[in-house]
Amino acid sequence: MASSAPTVEFSNVSFVLPDGRPILQDLNFEVQPGEILVLLGRSGSGKTTALKLVNRLLELSSGQLRVEGRSTKDWNPIELRRHIGYAIQDVGLFPHYTVARNIALVPSIQDWPKQRIEARVQELMGLVELDLEIASRYPHQLSGGQRQRVGVARALAADPPILLMDEPFGALDPLTRADLQREFLSLQQQLRKTVLFVTHDLHEALRLGTRIALLEEGSLISLTSWDEFLSSSEPLVKQYVEAFGATDRQREKP
Amino acid sequence: MNFWSFVARNRFEIATLTLEHLWIVAFSTLLAMVVGIPLGILITRKRSLHKPVIAAANIIQTVPSLALFGFLLPAPWIGERAERLAILALMLYALLPLIRNTYVGITGVDRATVEAARGMGLTDWQLLYKVELPLAASVILAGIRVALVISIGLATIAAAIGAGGLGELIFRGLAMVNNAVILAGAIPAAAMALLADTVLGWLEKRLAPQRTV
Repeated sequence: MASSAPTVEFSNVSFVLPDGRPILQDLNFEVQPGEILVLLGRSGSGKTTALKLVNRLLELSSGQLRVEGRSTKDWNPIELRRHIGYAIQDVGLFPHYTVARNIALVPSIQDWPKQRIEARVQELMGLVELDLEIASRYPHQLSGGQRQRVGVARALAADPPILLMDEPFGALDPLTRADLQREFLSLQQQLRKTVLFVTHDLHEALRLGTRIALLEEGSLISLTSWDEFLSSSEPLVKQYVEAFGATDRQREKP
Repeated sequence: MNFWSFVARNRFEIATLTLEHLWIVAFSTLLAMVVGIPLGILITRKRSLHKPVIAAANIIQTVPSLALFGFLLPAPWIGERAERLAILALMLYALLPLIRNTYVGITGVDRATVEAARGMGLTDWQLLYKVELPLAASVILAGIRVALVISIGLATIAAAIGAGGLGELIFRGLAMVNNAVILAGAIPAAAMALLADTVLGWLEKRLAPQRTV
């Protein structure tokens, strides 16, 4: 893995709000193909901002961000976003679309033939363990866990090589969250996407992350593998680990 | 002369005036939609235009209707025929509810839905017609409903400048001090307003989005 070119590459990336407040300072890190890189940090640490720079929902102020070797500025933003799956905590399903149409969103705007879309929707619903019966339901008729599964299926619909996930399981109850995390890991073993995953939850970071990047006030504090994270001597990392009472026994790979 | 015998004797004139009234109202509301809805969309895209556009529509709304008809009289082409004047004036009055409701409807769409839509790679245009307009439809329709009901009432005043419509009977009845004639104009106008309100209210309910998620 170390020898392959990074899929997403931050070089000296900074982001400053129009009013001059700095949100991200001089970020440098890479996401390797097929890994889950977790951006960990408390609220306001800039992790969501970093994510939105990748699919250009926000435009970086300075530095360079490359996706598959190409600067995001050289990508057409629409094309870039369709190349990257996006799942967020509030899901943002279209309330006036059925589950099936929600999942089919990106394929349908890319004019896939109807039959191929239908087959793809069925395949995805199976992949995220959704009952095919709910395909014709509307989002408000679903449980939180089902909604989040639809959100993940929608993000995967056009088979993008890269996934951006912003606390996708954050609003779920602990049991449902654990289910979805486990399913996501086994899904990832089949699909091998390159995933940039934002969370403030250390347990989630330890469970899902190939590597963990800790952000604090817009700066990268540490970037380590999950086991190194637990034994790190970096004071802020230690604080984090202590706050969560995490030990290496909490890591269970499927 | 009692009301029913007046109606019976003048049924063709009443019917003609009702149609005239309907035509003035329908055409002016349609024009207002063509102008107002795009304007409402525009100010969701260029937020700096929001205040001046709403303020302008508000000011128009505060001009008394007879005065507005008077102001428009010297306008070329428009001023030549009373009907054109009436349609333009009614269109201007209908703008505010249409612009405002379009703006409120679109900005009221759940932020997460819009963010997800953009993150999925929808173009601005797709975002508008696949997400924002369908989800704002019931609010925009409520604006059309208000505009229509206001126009039906206001259009009676257009008779004062000779534009026809049911106002003609009302003004004639006032001049003759004859309640039957006034009612022959007022009742169809009121019925038209009620009907429009009911039908659009029903449509609005049907278009209301499922509880947003």
